[in-house]
Amino acid sequence: MHIVVCLKQVPNTTQVRINPETNTLVREGVESIVNPFDENALEMALQLKEAHPGTKVTALTMGPPQAAEVLKEAVGRGADSVMLLCDMAFAGSDTWATSYALSMAIRKMDPAPDLVLFGKQAIDGDTAQVGPGVADWLGLPCVAYSRRIEIADGKAIVERAYEDGYEKLEVPLPCALTVLKEANVPRMASLRGKMAAKRLVIEPMTAESIGADPAKLGLSASPTRVVKIFSPPPKTGGVKWQGEEPAVVARKLVDLMAERKLI
Amino acid sequence: MGLKIDLDLCTGCGACVSVCPFCALVQRAEDGKVEVNEACTACGACVEICPVGALSLSVEEKKVAAADLDAYRGLWVFAEQREGQIQEVAFELLGEGRLLADRLGVELGAVLLGHQVRELAGTLFEHGADKVYVVDHPALGTYTAEPYSEAMSALIRTYQPEIVLAGATSIGRGFIARVAIQVDAGLTADCTELDVDLEKRLLLQTRPAFGGNIMATIICPDHRPQMATVRPKVFKHPNPESGRTGDWIVESLDLKDPVVRVLEQVNAMKNEVNVAGAEFIVTGGRGLGAPENFKLMAELAEALGGAAVGASRAAVDAGWISSFHQVGQTGKTVRPKIYIACGVSGQIQHLVGMSSSDTIIAINKDPDAPIFGVADIGIVGDLFEVVPELIKALRR
Repeated sequence: MHIVVCLKQVPNTTQVRINPETNTLVREGVESIVNPFDENALEMALQLKEAHPGTKVTALTMGPPQAAEVLKEAVGRGADSVMLLCDMAFAGSDTWATSYALSMAIRKMDPAPDLVLFGKQAIDGDTAQVGPGVADWLGLPCVAYSRRIEIADGKAIVERAYEDGYEKLEVPLPCALTVLKEANVPRMASLRGKMAAKRLVIEPMTAESIGADPAKLGLSASPTRVVKIFSPPPKTGGVKWQGEEPAVVARKLVDLMAERKLI
Repeated sequence: MGLKIDLDLCTGCGACVSVCPFCALVQRAEDGKVEVNEACTACGACVEICPVGALSLSVEEKKVAAADLDAYRGLWVFAEQREGQIQEVAFELLGEGRLLADRLGVELGAVLLGHQVRELAGTLFEHGADKVYVVDHPALGTYTAEPYSEAMSALIRTYQPEIVLAGATSIGRGFIARVAIQVDAGLTADCTELDVDLEKRLLLQTRPAFGGNIMATIICPDHRPQMATVRPKVFKHPNPESGRTGDWIVESLDLKDPVVRVLEQVNAMKNEVNVAGAEFIVTGGRGLGAPENFKLMAELAEALGGAAVGASRAAVDAGWISSFHQVGQTGKTVRPKIYIACGVSGQIQHLVGMSSSDTIIAINKDPDAPIFGVADIGIVGDLFEVVPELIKALRR
């Protein structure tokens, strides 16, 4: 079996702060990380590899040269091969153009994958659109929000979460799945893996080398455009009660809720 | 293409580097002048900040005949139904869609996909739809992304709406991204604010990004339809107009058989109140310290007469409670009458999901916790002392 995992390098958004004076993003000291949900997709691929000997796991990413770091991390954890898409032709791609580029890269892979995995969404854009988009370009069935995946008899048995429950699905291979955080706990890179990652030489693939149509790449091919970026207006709180006995404060709160007809 | 940098003008001051939300600008080692990398989305944040005007945007607009865009008219809402129940978010979108359609002077359409669901059209009319497009087909009986996207794309190609809105739910997000590829349309996820530019007939789609740290307004200038998903509870449920009716368009399509088979459905929240629609929510965060302390949250929820129990990402990530309870950017967006946050610090990604609640009450030991910034009533104190007293007072 050949499993492709798509990974994205993202800034750690939990470290991002807003400068209250200029109302702009403070990015100093914000590290670049593997998108956390993609770590679950990678872990899923590695667990399936362990369960099905002979499986090959390929990590794929698109981004600036430093995005190679996420591929090294993937090899450190056990991925067998990598592909980096790196070309200014991809710059400014929205989810439509990104999913096209990734799909063309996947078409280039030999053997063709049986399974393409994604994290449920990336924490910088939070769109959850690239996984299903790639599936559509490739003409593959796709299940988003998978919390459990098993492979048997050329089929994937998948649990898909919805708002208040989940359903068990049977999906023929090849297919694309997006993976939830609750699916597993990602492993750390092994020592042997780290050595392999160190030796790894990554030859970036360009738009031309994956045979992508330049008219479908980058900013000019992207249907959506960002026209404005701004910081959300600062919030101001209401009353703050401090230093009172818990019993007193509790009664005060219940009285206030009753007064405002909230209860 | 995209951002142009005039290196003769660039002084290497670095002002642009620090405002770029996408880490797309880097200063060259040799002279500090700026270069742009593949992460650039041409958002323009750097152009405004550059003190010497070295940065500019050049976007080659696609040559799309205006007539082609003008062929698209009308605003559609995907009327998500599950097991014959129209989902709340569909009504919320009809409410907002009605306002936008009126401003654009177009009809509001609702798209109903399923099997034996025609009788649901009535309530869609009552909630503002002028037309209901129904595809009633066995392949749509239980949701799977492939037939859903096939049906939606076919309707879009035939009737050419200029705007399509869907709920950012597991179903909505799961299939609408395929539709965007199939009909060659722009799609913006998780919008929290919609507006229209009447002159250009553009949908202005505003959404949080970077975990809620910034807001971005996005347009789709030369593709139609303009598609967006919106989270549940972002817009209010409109008042239905009893007896209001409209036109039915029943489309018979020859859909492919579903390739994904549904084996079993499990409702995990059967015995619990779902945070998604709840009027009262009690949320526990990292401050609870241990999974068993969610019992205290459940007790408080019960004392409030059946509130839902929510959880912050920290509590879910720690494995204390299932992700069905999670509120925030990666969880659910909620808009209850009362939201009580206990031991929740108030990371921006949490605030994005709950700050439009009617009344927010926060209990936290740390007087500087960001949650107090959005709380109507903030109680600085130990939740393990305050909550039991609150339960007592409520029961009285």
